[in-house]
Amino acid sequence: MVDVINVSYDTQIPNNVGLSSDRKVLKALEKWHPGYINWWNDLIPEKFQKSMVYLRTAVSVDPKGWAKFDYVKMPEYRWGVLLAPQVEDRTIPCGEHFGDPAWQEVPGEYRNLLKRLIVIQGDTEPGSVEQQRFLGLTAPSLYDMRNLFQVNVEEGRHLWAMVYLLQKYFGRDGREEANDLLVRSSGSEEAPRMLGAFNEETPDWLSFFMFTYFTDRDGKMQLESLAQSGFDPLSRTCRFMLTEEAHHMFVGETGVGRTIEKTCQVMRENGIDDPYDTDKIRSLGVIDLPTIQKKLNLHYTLSLDLFGQEVSTNAANAFNAGIKGRFHEHRIDDDHMLKNDTYVVWDFEDGKAVQKEVPALTAINMRLRDDYIKDAAGGVGRWNKIIEKAGIEFEMKLPHESFNRKIGVFSGHNFNPDGEMVSGAEYDAGLPNWLPTHADGDFIQSLMVPVTEPGKYASWIAPPKVGIDNKPGDFEYVKLHMA
Amino acid sequence: MNKPLKQHLIDPEICIRCYTCEMTCPIEAITHNDDNVVVDAEKCNFCMDCIPVCPTGSIDEWRVVNEPYSLEEQFEWMELPEQEEIEAGGDGDDGEALDAAMAALLAEAHSGAGGKSIAPKSASKATVNLYNLGKPVTATVQGNYRLTAEDSDADVRHIILDFGAAPMPALEGQSIGIIPPGEDAEGKPHLPRLYSVSSPRDGERPGYNNMSLTVKREEHGVASNYVCDLKKGDEVKVTGPFGSTFLLPSDPDAELLMICTGTGSAPFRGFTMRRQREMPTNKGKLTLVFGARKQGELPYFGPLKKVPDAYMHKVFAFSRLEDQPKQYVQDKLRDEKERVAKLLTSDKAYIYICGKKEMEHGVEEALADIARGEGLEWKAIRDAMREDGRYHVETY
Repeated sequence: MVDVINVSYDTQIPNNVGLSSDRKVLKALEKWHPGYINWWNDLIPEKFQKSMVYLRTAVSVDPKGWAKFDYVKMPEYRWGVLLAPQVEDRTIPCGEHFGDPAWQEVPGEYRNLLKRLIVIQGDTEPGSVEQQRFLGLTAPSLYDMRNLFQVNVEEGRHLWAMVYLLQKYFGRDGREEANDLLVRSSGSEEAPRMLGAFNEETPDWLSFFMFTYFTDRDGKMQLESLAQSGFDPLSRTCRFMLTEEAHHMFVGETGVGRTIEKTCQVMRENGIDDPYDTDKIRSLGVIDLPTIQKKLNLHYTLSLDLFGQEVSTNAANAFNAGIKGRFHEHRIDDDHMLKNDTYVVWDFEDGKAVQKEVPALTAINMRLRDDYIKDAAGGVGRWNKIIEKAGIEFEMKLPHESFNRKIGVFSGHNFNPDGEMVSGAEYDAGLPNWLPTHADGDFIQSLMVPVTEPGKYASWIAPPKVGIDNKPGDFEYVKLHMA
Repeated sequence: MNKPLKQHLIDPEICIRCYTCEMTCPIEAITHNDDNVVVDAEKCNFCMDCIPVCPTGSIDEWRVVNEPYSLEEQFEWMELPEQEEIEAGGDGDDGEALDAAMAALLAEAHSGAGGKSIAPKSASKATVNLYNLGKPVTATVQGNYRLTAEDSDADVRHIILDFGAAPMPALEGQSIGIIPPGEDAEGKPHLPRLYSVSSPRDGERPGYNNMSLTVKREEHGVASNYVCDLKKGDEVKVTGPFGSTFLLPSDPDAELLMICTGTGSAPFRGFTMRRQREMPTNKGKLTLVFGARKQGELPYFGPLKKVPDAYMHKVFAFSRLEDQPKQYVQDKLRDEKERVAKLLTSDKAYIYICGKKEMEHGVEEALADIARGEGLEWKAIRDAMREDGRYHVETY
């Protein structure tokens, strides 16, 4: 019998899906494996490949076993195929097949829809590793470097998770799609990653933290809704990925929080009350709060675009088919079919933004986006507490949904961060105050100096409150390879 | 009045509201509102499933309380409340230790059991927290002997403490806290470190009010270096005893499987000596599986050899013998699978695991394999044994 809890190491690929007795899929994955390793080795600078990193590896998918910490060289990290345990008698949680037994094989009529969703999800995983490939060189501490690498190896594992589904359930097409995931590349002219936000580079650590906070949170919401899929292997895969994704949220939220904390601390120490006293604050080696707000505006709005059009028949089809549910579908108290329900979404009519009711089925994307906004607002509130505690008058805000949008009803229109329509001239004049300028980028870049002494941090960021795995402050999270 | 109890809490200043703990909790004891994620004291059974899945470290918080904080109170918190002063309790019905820091250490040490630890039914009632940080007892060092071979780089010591006229009712399997003198880097006095008692309840020497500890010197370890350097006549500040579940059953029919590595042998030395003193003719009920790198590093190797095989079946696993394959306790368990399988199905059997945290996984895997070989499901057996007070894990 297959041991579905403990990870088996009897093949080259650690797994809890009984790969050793599934010759065909094992062979396909083993064929894919060298390409993956090449991709990884070409990506991450060699010095880090040879360093010992204090990483978390899953030895089983039950709570006791999935967070074992030890030093490992990244190329030797045990990427594998891990599915959450199967829930007995699970039924399809939404749509027209509501209540039927969950599918263990791909339902033929939804094959293409399902494959498309898996490929899009799979494409984002290596995309973010590519975007972050050079950040190790400017890590503000060994602690942060370790967190970056943890995020990277887990995104790598998430790619494995999607590739397994493609290889196992989608035959030849699946294999081709799996190969293409290693061909496309973030920012490439010829073969870019599928979603826009994954082709933007991550130039500095504040961007990285904002990215993990806002963009990975979109990933989390997508995984949450795929975890509700009636296709059981996809649901189980995503459920386990979510436990890893929580670490990425943590890196983002605390990274931005620690940046804010250090700025506030330095302002207080130097008797600066005015958060807009930018030159003076910057001269002290920390990032002024208005610039942090601008970064927030950028990453938040890019991430909102990832949710797609306000009204979407694709999303309606996926929900109706039972392929993709809503956030916490099982906790929602309705018929789970949305036959007669409506949902309020934004539209653009007669030159202005209006809210109107549409069939809830077509507004699945918006519902998820609204859940996302609520989720994202929580951390912003906690950042504001740090500022408040320091006695500084400034408040971080999520900009209005209409600001800086490239997808959906607001795209092509000029809205300011408060959601008011403005003229082109006003927009151009306001932009330097709303989104990071080149000069802002250059300043942040100037602070990005690596700090590699254990327990020490770059000037612009405060140390964390608690170490990873409860380690003490001066723990050497990365033993750097010295060439 | 309610007895003080240990309450599991989440630090709202560190938690990022990812709800992973909430999703993981098998009994839905964790819930949230728009502000905080909180633990319901009425539901939480200390299974510890939520601890490793937390990405932030906010979840490993404990307070000893007379009246547990309600969900509504916890929802309002911006930060965790301080530990309130709680009067030292008498016997330990509800808690392993009525001291938050000690309770957290023990909760963590016992987490490998996969659920709330329960004492053997026939075990004597343990006294806990007779002495605490505010009111420690002073013991005098009677002796300090090296247990490991001179050429070994592991320095494990047998330390004998004399409590004079002060009562110290520690049972086998319990721990005491030792307070290293001085202050930490932040200028605060050191907190006590927990050490398992390695002598039986009637004293290292029968009828004397003394006890022994088995302590390994850790590089940079403040407390272990202090303890390992103690000289005869030195005075030591002690708290405790702590722990009310990892105990020896009094039932003479009880069969014990004791699995340990290194200083994890401490409680088993106490167990064995107690049985030998109380029931010297009760043979064939004890099995000890003991792992170390080599013979010279195995504490009490000499004295153990003298316990007759008919009294206790002893199996040693050495992982660093020259010219020999590495052997770990889990390998020896597999070698002994017939004996172990019999114990798994006996309602007189007690399993104890003590040692480094890293041993847990391998040992459980071996036990699971042995169970599977018999067509049994390990997790079901383990949970049933634990709930019956017959499965105990203490790892650090």
